[in-house]
Amino acid sequence: MNAALSIEGLEVAYRARGREQRVLGGVSFTIPPGGSYGLVGESGCGKSTLALAALGILPRAGRITAGNIRIAGEDLLALDAGALRRLRARQVSMVFQEPARALNPTLTIGRQMAETYEILGVPRAEGEAHAAAMLGRVHIAAASRVMASYPHQLSGGQQQRVLIAMALAKEPALLVLDEPTSGLDATVEAEVLDVIATLRRELGTALLLISHNLGVVERMCERVGVLYAGMLVEEGPTEALFADPRHPYTHGLLRCLPAAGRRKAQGRLETIPGFLPAPGRRITGCVFAKRCRLADARCHKEAPLARDVGEHGGGHFSLCHYAERVADLSRETSVEPSPASDSPAPAKTELEIENLSKTYVTGGAHVRALSGVSIVLGTGETLGLVGESGSGKTTLARLLLGLTAPDAGGSIRLDGTRLEGAASGRSQAARKALQIVFQNPDSALNRAHTVRYLISRALGRLGGFRGVRREQRLRELLAAVRLEPQYLDRRPRQLSGGLKQRVAIARAFAGEPRIVVCDEPTSALDVSVQAAILNLLAELQRERRTSYVFISHDLGVVRYLADRIAVLYLGRLMEFGPAERVFRGPHHPYTEALLSAVPALRAEHARIRLAGEIPSPVDPPSGCVFHTRCPRKLGRICEREEPPLERMADHAIRCHIPRAELPAA
Amino acid sequence: MSAGTTTSDAGPLAELTGDMPAEAEEPTRWAVLRRSGTFWSGTTIIGFWALAAIFGPRVVPWDPYATDLLHELAPPSAVHWFGTDQLGRDIFSRVIVGSRDILTIAPLATLLGTIVGTTLGLAGGYLGGLVDTLLGRIIEVLISLPLIIVALLALVALGLSSVTVVIVIGLVFAPLIARTVRAAVLGERALDYVAAAELRGESALAIMFIEIMPNVMGPILVETTVRLGYAIFTVASLSFLGFGIQPPSPDWGLAIAENYGVIAGGYWWTVAFDAAATASLVVGVNLFADGLHEALAA
Amino acid sequence: MRSGWGAWFARRISLSLLTLFLLSLVVFAGGQLLPGNVGRTILGPLADARAVAALNHQLGVDRPAIVQYLGWIGGLLHGNMGESLEFRSPVAPFIGAALVKSLKLAAVAFMIVVPLSIGGGVVAALKAGTAIDRTISLAGLSLTIIPEFVSSIVVILLFGIWLRILPISASWPEGAGPLDQLRHLIPPAIPLVVIQFGYIARMARAGTIEALEADYTRTAILKGLPRALVVQRHVLRNALLPTITVIATQTAYLVGGLVVVETLFRYQGIGSLILTAARGKDFPMLEGGILTVGAVYIGATLIADALAVLVNPRLAPEMTG
Repeated sequence: MNAALSIEGLEVAYRARGREQRVLGGVSFTIPPGGSYGLVGESGCGKSTLALAALGILPRAGRITAGNIRIAGEDLLALDAGALRRLRARQVSMVFQEPARALNPTLTIGRQMAETYEILGVPRAEGEAHAAAMLGRVHIAAASRVMASYPHQLSGGQQQRVLIAMALAKEPALLVLDEPTSGLDATVEAEVLDVIATLRRELGTALLLISHNLGVVERMCERVGVLYAGMLVEEGPTEALFADPRHPYTHGLLRCLPAAGRRKAQGRLETIPGFLPAPGRRITGCVFAKRCRLADARCHKEAPLARDVGEHGGGHFSLCHYAERVADLSRETSVEPSPASDSPAPAKTELEIENLSKTYVTGGAHVRALSGVSIVLGTGETLGLVGESGSGKTTLARLLLGLTAPDAGGSIRLDGTRLEGAASGRSQAARKALQIVFQNPDSALNRAHTVRYLISRALGRLGGFRGVRREQRLRELLAAVRLEPQYLDRRPRQLSGGLKQRVAIARAFAGEPRIVVCDEPTSALDVSVQAAILNLLAELQRERRTSYVFISHDLGVVRYLADRIAVLYLGRLMEFGPAERVFRGPHHPYTEALLSAVPALRAEHARIRLAGEIPSPVDPPSGCVFHTRCPRKLGRICEREEPPLERMADHAIRCHIPRAELPAA
Repeated sequence: MSAGTTTSDAGPLAELTGDMPAEAEEPTRWAVLRRSGTFWSGTTIIGFWALAAIFGPRVVPWDPYATDLLHELAPPSAVHWFGTDQLGRDIFSRVIVGSRDILTIAPLATLLGTIVGTTLGLAGGYLGGLVDTLLGRIIEVLISLPLIIVALLALVALGLSSVTVVIVIGLVFAPLIARTVRAAVLGERALDYVAAAELRGESALAIMFIEIMPNVMGPILVETTVRLGYAIFTVASLSFLGFGIQPPSPDWGLAIAENYGVIAGGYWWTVAFDAAATASLVVGVNLFADGLHEALAA
Repeated sequence: MRSGWGAWFARRISLSLLTLFLLSLVVFAGGQLLPGNVGRTILGPLADARAVAALNHQLGVDRPAIVQYLGWIGGLLHGNMGESLEFRSPVAPFIGAALVKSLKLAAVAFMIVVPLSIGGGVVAALKAGTAIDRTISLAGLSLTIIPEFVSSIVVILLFGIWLRILPISASWPEGAGPLDQLRHLIPPAIPLVVIQFGYIARMARAGTIEALEADYTRTAILKGLPRALVVQRHVLRNALLPTITVIATQTAYLVGGLVVVETLFRYQGIGSLILTAARGKDFPMLEGGILTVGAVYIGATLIADALAVLVNPRLAPEMTG
């Protein structure tokens, strides 16, 4: 039987600014029928390009310059238009990252699904029946209602399920998934991945899964390839590769994740220094040599060839001269696990939020974005805010900063002093005490200004520094965020993502704030860059005793940095307590679902899945807002009564289930 | 708000940027502009007419205002390259000098419109609220009327003069430019750097003019050049209708108005060259604007 | 669904009425307040002061502005647009006749330009980067800014005087049949087509290019659909939606062009009516004409918005409750 996909020596170049730039440089791999292959790599490594090239749908500027591609035995590049269409109609499908963009907004779901059958010559009525059945298999309950809907009337999770149903409808030999769940919430992602895994097995479809998320790939794939700067630097069986990486880059990627319950008190995260080489740049020697701790003169001169380095067979290939020495890298830096304390040492209270609510009025409807939240945060501590779409975590951050004013009745106290609702009403001292690091530095840094201006302006306004004194503080601040002075006269777009985020951090710290809100500060960054930013934040906190309100969807990251954790769902505080206790349990059923939804490497939690979608905050469920999805719902009481936030020492949980019974999942 | 922001791959073309310092970015806009054929054709045409406006009166072979009733309606010849009009004036000289008035009035009107429009757009986009609602309504009313008709109404009401033409066109353009600027400002307003500035306690004026304005200069520039084209269009049309530049100016629109009554008699040259001149100038400005637009979008 | 639509129309129509009201203020200000002394303006600087005062009184322009406005608006609501200063008779019949003529001319222009420019834009997009695309794009870019009096001159010289295949006046002889009328309307329609072509074609091209590179188009291609079907069902459907609105907003530019074109081709439409009224300082006629033009535009955008909402499910009003 022919391989589902076989790629040999694939090279792709893009024409940009009048030059051809090579994006893929000779990639080869094979997926057997029914096999599953994961392709991991950071942004700019060429993984999306590879997927598009493999299906012959490169954008206009892209061109395959060498190599060949076979899908189910057919040479893709040799097919004429008709044969290519027939191949696509029967053998391959693709699911894109953003489901909203992959569905035609002007046609109903039913019509779009019917096309798949139409092209195979299935009669209309039969096609519709098939489509409805297929929707059922991806766990869409009201199939006929969904088929009559337009894409914008569905949630992101539903849209992606529709696309998966559509992709698998023709029972293809190969399904390509490009970051299929990156746009979805954690609990929804977990369910969508389950659906893909089950259906694929049932239909015998081979999988090419592209992701930046190592956890997702580990869960879904039998083999993994690691792409770096357009080269496949390592590939092998998933388990072997993750347990025993044989390329320094893979090793670095795995080590810089704050996984396995690691905490800031236990030391720094590992990082990969340096930058990705610019595309199109001809590199003599190994593409990773510049950033590699194993590299020597030979690596810079001589390009390594892929060779089998597996000790257990199964084809484990590495593109490294010194693959055997990669394991030594771990020993150099392994950390002593120090016992983490249960409750953080009692610190002086810095921030006190009481009964904070926010209602937005949109189109006549009242949306309760945040409902009666009370939280305290001590000096030098980190509060982790966790929750999915509509949880209200961003609203809470905006209220704290005064970017939106809260509803009457609540209060925010900083060091005992009550703050005005709107930032414009606060004193300059109060404003400078509360600053923020935004998620996306491209949005947060004014691209019209230089780094010098960006930081100086903040030093002037918030720190009140002038002249020579300001210049001196500028240098100090640069040193504190590990930015070379050479970047001072650059503008944001001349900096990498990691460097931009450092500038944003420097700006936030310009006025020596007491509290810094970090709104997903690393989620727009690659993992290797993320580690360095987390290290920096931990270090600044240790030195300056700054408190953080840290928002993140990545529980690994939250766990690394947070001392206390607040779990929000539909604007309600569901659980609040010291980080270790929240993670260890007993916890709220929602927290439990969140924890088990994370496809972290070597998961520690049993998997529970939440049914259905996150309800709309416009019309939240009665009683306990979580009851519609709760796997441990008690009965009528959950639908009728909102449970109180029950405190036990400093750990509070909002659930009708008695505390003692919570652990028995 | 959602976990959906975990993008590490914005799409295949993102592979070209990735996480690396893009050092050679700065000159690319200029590189695009330098290689833009439309931009250079536009610049050449505008340059030609600008030179004609400045030096024309000194270099043309005939006095553009001198009538010669013995040689009226003479066809193009070696003596009168473009022939003569009904008053025997040399058309070539008049066409060359004819760019003067329009190239004064149209740019002034555009400048006025740009200044007022940019300020209104920044205020509407950033402050929102009443300013914005009001602006929106004014724009809605203004675009419901053809520019020529608004200008006619205002010119009849206020009396004919070049200053009135400048003010009327400028003020009619202002809300239209404001609409473009406002749209760009709304995009910027949603960006976090504005929130960051508010959290530093910057004043609204500082946020509008120091933070936001530099980032919307591109759209402002393009809009200004596009509007310049329409200003020329409008001034020329008004002059043709008798409400713009007044005799005895050798203005092209005016010349066509004065002579189109005789073209049925075969005196095509009395209007053809003025028509070609008008077309070349507006097309030149449009090409210039399009080249600029493409470079700024790159 | 019905309640959603009802609410949408109610909101949209009240917005149109608000615009119309503001428009009437502008027109009133321009036609009755700004000119200051209307009687003086009409009679000229040499007229006797008493005659001016008498005329002002007769016209009612010596009353307070608000009274004048209410009187004017009240008349409008009863179909009375005032009396022409020049013809000494109601202006409404003049305007009605002129409007019909102009609409005929505009209809001919639209019937030529809409298929031509959408077709051109789509072809340019499908052949992006080729010589065809460059030709269409450059032609569109250049033609769209050429004043109508310039292109009219070209049309008159070329077809009317040198080739002698089309009439140089748009006014057809009394009792002319529809075909003969059409023949007379084609020359003035050409300048209007020329000016509209570039703008609409550009929008169509940009929309098509965007849709061609969209993920949903990729999804459709990967379904194995024939290219013609992909283009027709997935690309064009999405690409041409914004063009509907654009075509409606072009009405205003079209009417602006009518002033020039109708003058050049000696056609008694609303454009030449407005110009004549402006030249003769016939303020009631001018106000009535301008208000009519504005109302036509507001009506056109209302229809276009409704159309856009009907064909674009994303804009459809959501059911409430």
